[in-house]
Amino acid sequence: MQFQTFSSPHTDRSSSVDKVMLQVILALLPGVLAMTWYFGPGVLINIVIATLSAVAFEALVLKLRKRPVMPTLHDLSAVVTAILFAIAVPPLLPWWLTVIGMAFAIIMVKQLYGGLGYNPFNPAMAAYVLLLISWPIPMTSWLPPAVLSTNPLDFMQIVSAIFTSSPPTGLEWDAITMATPLDGMRTNLDQGQMISEIFQSPVWGDFGGLGWEWVGNWFLMGGLWLIYKRTITWHIPLAFFAGLTGLAMITFLFDPESYPFALFHVFSGGAILGAFFIATDPVTACTTKKGQLIYGVAIGMLVYIIRTWGGYPDAVAFAVLLLNMAAPTIDYYTQPQVFGHGDNHG
Amino acid sequence: MYVESSKGKMRRLWGFHGGLHLPDNKRQSLQTDVTSATMPALLILPLRQHIGEAAIPLVKPGDRVLKGEKIADNTAPVCAPIHAPTSGIIRGIKEYPIPHPSGMNGPAIVLEVDGKEEWTDLPAPIKDFQNVDKSLLLQRVREAGIVGLGGATFPAAIKLKPGKAIKTLIINGAECEPFITCDDRLMQDAPDRVLNGVRILQHILGAEECLIGIEDNKPDAISILRSHLTDDDPIEIVRIPTLYPSGGEKQLIQILTGREVPSGGFPAQLGVICHNVATAAAIADAVLEGRPLISRLVTLTGEGLANPCNMEVPLGITAADLIEQAGGYTGKSSQLIMGGPMMGFNLSTDQVPVTKGSNCLLVPSEEEVPTAGPALACIRCGRCAEVCPVNLLPQQMYWYSRARELEKVQDYNLFDCIECGCCSHVCPSHIPLVHYFRFAKTESWAKEKEQKTADHAKKRHDFRVARLERLDAERKARLRKKKEDIGKKKPVKPAAKGEDAKKAAIEAAMKRAAAKKAARQSPPKNTDNLTPAQQKQVDAVDKHRAETTADQE
Repeated sequence: MQFQTFSSPHTDRSSSVDKVMLQVILALLPGVLAMTWYFGPGVLINIVIATLSAVAFEALVLKLRKRPVMPTLHDLSAVVTAILFAIAVPPLLPWWLTVIGMAFAIIMVKQLYGGLGYNPFNPAMAAYVLLLISWPIPMTSWLPPAVLSTNPLDFMQIVSAIFTSSPPTGLEWDAITMATPLDGMRTNLDQGQMISEIFQSPVWGDFGGLGWEWVGNWFLMGGLWLIYKRTITWHIPLAFFAGLTGLAMITFLFDPESYPFALFHVFSGGAILGAFFIATDPVTACTTKKGQLIYGVAIGMLVYIIRTWGGYPDAVAFAVLLLNMAAPTIDYYTQPQVFGHGDNHG
Repeated sequence: MYVESSKGKMRRLWGFHGGLHLPDNKRQSLQTDVTSATMPALLILPLRQHIGEAAIPLVKPGDRVLKGEKIADNTAPVCAPIHAPTSGIIRGIKEYPIPHPSGMNGPAIVLEVDGKEEWTDLPAPIKDFQNVDKSLLLQRVREAGIVGLGGATFPAAIKLKPGKAIKTLIINGAECEPFITCDDRLMQDAPDRVLNGVRILQHILGAEECLIGIEDNKPDAISILRSHLTDDDPIEIVRIPTLYPSGGEKQLIQILTGREVPSGGFPAQLGVICHNVATAAAIADAVLEGRPLISRLVTLTGEGLANPCNMEVPLGITAADLIEQAGGYTGKSSQLIMGGPMMGFNLSTDQVPVTKGSNCLLVPSEEEVPTAGPALACIRCGRCAEVCPVNLLPQQMYWYSRARELEKVQDYNLFDCIECGCCSHVCPSHIPLVHYFRFAKTESWAKEKEQKTADHAKKRHDFRVARLERLDAERKARLRKKKEDIGKKKPVKPAAKGEDAKKAAIEAAMKRAAAKKAARQSPPKNTDNLTPAQQKQVDAVDKHRAETTADQE
């Protein structure tokens, strides 16, 4: 009898790229739902626009590159990029900005480098930075969380705002948008206010902005689930928080009235999302365990430095992109000691 | 972590990096008692059933041989003789499919079985092994054709002359590969043979401690072996956690002693020697009964087989004959694997014979071992590095193997890879990593061999250039001298000058050659000190280069 031959090992390989990506998507769900709860259906509309355009651009480029389209789309990596981008941008972002962002992420940042696995930069973050620099106003016009909203928008108003790029009839942008907690904190501090004064405002919850902190909490749940499922390891998130809170604690101890406490930084802006879902993107992160610790700490510290002394209220995207550049070098210098190469012979 | 060993001592265990918890699938083949295979009509005995030089036939077609008679041997230092597993007539020495991943053929002795089971005169049993000369025991082990039966097939006698003081003898009863149960069965059914073999091994090596490492998924084997120990046996039976590949020699040594075999080195450098339980049993047979290695225990398992079981089988029986005796194929069989799923290899035909190193024939169903899907791009997730028992960075090695940057792959310690398959198993992109590493290894060997040849040619070329330059200088010097002789009446330059020019030219030429030679001094190569098996692999690769389709991308 004749048989086919394959290379060893001959096992049931249960893990697959699409399963990994699907797990990331599932882990994002609680946070996405919380965002929708606080910031309205614009979040979901953004996700839909981003996903459709990301998939379309990916299919287009694959076709141009004469690569199999369906198997690659099936890996869901474009969907993950789309969701990460869509939840990082304001819920009323004009639709065409989302499309431009996805075109840049998928065509320039991902496919031109060779597609999944070859891109040195995180596509979602690169697109975010591109838009933030080019269109700063719409990219920073956040809605207030529903609990604080004085002019709650209905579904049709949101749809029309996104697709016409103008505020609902009878309202001004200023009337419906609000600074993010990080932005607000920054502005107030710049105006010379003390932190204890700033926290008198009703926009604050227990650790960060009202509503915002709960979104962070749900992303945290999702992130912990990913660690539990061993889709990611604890190294990058923990190192990220260590870097961020380490610097925050030093400055807080130095002057608690000018520098917010460490947990504020953790539960504000994109810190939690960044730590568990963005910095851990395997393609662009470090792969050695020691390297991942350095990578995480450096991102955390950069986030703090840019937030506190830089020109932007939040900095996860910048910090991640900067460390993306450093990742290969860090990997090179943090190779583990291979069995039999140490002095553990005697 | 500490466990209680059989001596009531607490023994510290160490871990190794990575490893995998795999579904062990051992139950299937443990349902029935061990049976002896019926002798088939023909036995195929490959001349190379061990690492080292192939044996040379001592018989010719038409000869009648008796059971246990030596039919092939070689005086080369690394070789093991081959014996007739039963009595019969030699029908030829032909090329036959042999158990090898490449599916190639090799020379084999074909023995037609006469069914009389007539034994040859066996050497006298050495019952009192503690009081005979050790060289006699070594000679007995060598003459019995015993090789490492865990699959490595290194001639056992050589590992018993380590040339270094041995403190610890480690007996490998881990059997970490899924599906395989022949060592488990052996320990349960023949504990005395195993322990006697261990005692002989310990006596020969003079090791003060002896540890039998068994994974904790074999509690019966552990307790049976323990109950057969005598009070004054210095043997400890150590239960180790089930974690693939704990049965790898280097991993088992690390688990039991906490020490790492140096890269490119041998366990003996640590004062440790490791043998498999089945090897120990075979040594007991050889010493205590004079019986050569002519049969072994083989696990037959998988949903593709009607009756999974363990069988004592004569060497040389074909997989087809064995599978028939195990009830035949069920129709669910999708592949035929010799060895376990992790490190075994596919056979393309069931006409391949069982050899000394064959511990398992696995006929899995598509559910047990699904056909691998197409490989996707690496997403650098690093799972491969997390599970690597050698702490390599497989994903980096893959990157460079794919680009054929062989020197870079070697910088990432390619040659420390034990090909255990953990990285391939966990890869979400289903990249056949181990396959790439095997390819990179054989390519590196081939390239270095090529380099060696090129270096040799260059050396000869440089020598020739130097010689021509010298001849030229000599000729010119002669010419000049002649001219001077002709114009003798003119004031002459001192004759020594021509002599000097000649000397200078020769010196310059030699200096150039030496400088070139020095520039080519290169570090030691992976093709120096190849084991004969690796050398053989290299040769096979050279030969079948056209068919080496490792990198199809």
